[in-house]
Amino acid sequence: MTKAQPVAVIALVLGLIGVPLWLVVVTAGKSQGEALNPDLSLPQRWQLLENLRQVWSDGEVPTAFFGSLLVVVPTVAALLVFGSMASWVLARRATRLNAVLYALGISGIVLPPAVVTVVLLLRQLGLAGSAVGMVGVYTGIYMSTVIFFVTGFVRTIPPALEEAAQIDGAGPFMVFWRIVLPLLRPVLATATILICLYVWNDVFYAFFVIGGRLDTLPLNLFRVASAGLHLNNWHLIFSYVLLMSLPLVVVLAVAQRKIVAGITGGAVK
Amino acid sequence: MWFLAPAFAILLVFFFLPTLFNFIYAFTDWSGFKSAITPVGLDNFTQLVSDGALVRAVRITLVYAVLVALFQNLFGFALAVLLERDNRLNRVARVFFLVPVLMSALAVGYIFQAFLRPQGSLNGLIGTVLGRSFDYAWLGDTTWTIVVVAVIHAWKWMGLSMLIYLAGLKTIPDDLLEAARIDGASRSRAFWTIKFPLLAPAVTFNVATALLGSMNGFDIVQATTGGGPARTTEILNIFIYRTFGQGLFAQATAMSLVLFLLVALLAFPVIRMLRRREAVL
Repeated sequence: MTKAQPVAVIALVLGLIGVPLWLVVVTAGKSQGEALNPDLSLPQRWQLLENLRQVWSDGEVPTAFFGSLLVVVPTVAALLVFGSMASWVLARRATRLNAVLYALGISGIVLPPAVVTVVLLLRQLGLAGSAVGMVGVYTGIYMSTVIFFVTGFVRTIPPALEEAAQIDGAGPFMVFWRIVLPLLRPVLATATILICLYVWNDVFYAFFVIGGRLDTLPLNLFRVASAGLHLNNWHLIFSYVLLMSLPLVVVLAVAQRKIVAGITGGAVK
Repeated sequence: MWFLAPAFAILLVFFFLPTLFNFIYAFTDWSGFKSAITPVGLDNFTQLVSDGALVRAVRITLVYAVLVALFQNLFGFALAVLLERDNRLNRVARVFFLVPVLMSALAVGYIFQAFLRPQGSLNGLIGTVLGRSFDYAWLGDTTWTIVVVAVIHAWKWMGLSMLIYLAGLKTIPDDLLEAARIDGASRSRAFWTIKFPLLAPAVTFNVATALLGSMNGFDIVQATTGGGPARTTEILNIFIYRTFGQGLFAQATAMSLVLFLLVALLAFPVIRMLRRREAVL
């Protein structure tokens, strides 16, 4: 077992991860004719840059990138601030009402959001298809996750610091911003990673809420791919996949330790 | 107390209110073809039951969720056991298995759609091994394609399960295993009788998240089969997306309500479990 282990590890990484990723890279480098039937062979002539340039303009990558940012950044900010404010109260005051509110607050972890009627609601609010509407929907969906993680974390912090600040005359806002929020940094990192992972890659909710009125990276991938499958443009589909996944791979390479700690931090103690 | 207000206002407007609407509009004739919305009682449900769509979509969703939970935990557990030792090679390998977790599920679906084509790379590789041509349509089989798609879903998320199992393995104190070794337990016996039971919390967490995540799945199925062949992989969310696109909003709402009730029914034990776990921490 111990001697064969490194060999098994390398074989599994190459077979399970390497082969699919290799397929993406070589197909993205081929001409349309060569990529008609995507396989693992090397392209006769690499034209990766031309393909990337073409999807960059066809898929409107810059617009989509900013569209994605426009949705993800306010969602994360609203979730972290409002979620930890609520969690702080829920963790510190053990009243019967708070127990009920907590149960309601975390129910969204398991219950699926009502994707169809949320469209109707947004139309009535005049938010249909807007970034504000999308941010609201994502914040509503993932608020439960944040409340669950942060409330659990606040309970592990002794309240002595907050009480000391209160005695010194700090108001609740002051205590929250200066004392509580900085202490929450590890759990907020976990929450940020999870939310980014879900929201950055989401297409399902975006299909319903945005309905083609705002570009995000996954939505444009769907558009490029739907057109591309029809025309057998595998080289363009995989160029887009490559372009879209590259930032994530870079982030993973740079911050892998933090990501690993963040993902596991919430799950198992 | 008003620190609670913003979070619960958002939850109320963007989560609970749409859910409440689900219970109302599922019983109307809301559609994209006319502006008036009138109540029609149980018509949407009787129609969905009589054309078999309801039972089929629920069955497919449940089968898919169970298969994903099974494969994802099998793969994740095997990887965690294989990569348990903390050396450089294992650390690098763990990062590689995280790449699919971070990738867009849609992109994963397209990669496998290309990989599993009848003239695609996998059949090419199998053909080389067998020494004859092999052209099985992995994504075109009305019986087995759902299993293939579940394996793809599990492939995307196995890195996450692996991390959680690894974290679980780390919590097991070494002296327990040492005591077992001194008492003469073999490696495999120590593994199955000591390590495995102590991983129970990680198992429950992984199984619960995989089940609930795949019941809410959409992207991978949409990108690989789009619900086909012959709608044999049409899980509830694909059905909702398709009927919504056709302008049949009330039917989509009715199905969305079915998904809600299905998950709620299965989720109550899960919520209770999560809360009990939290009391322990």
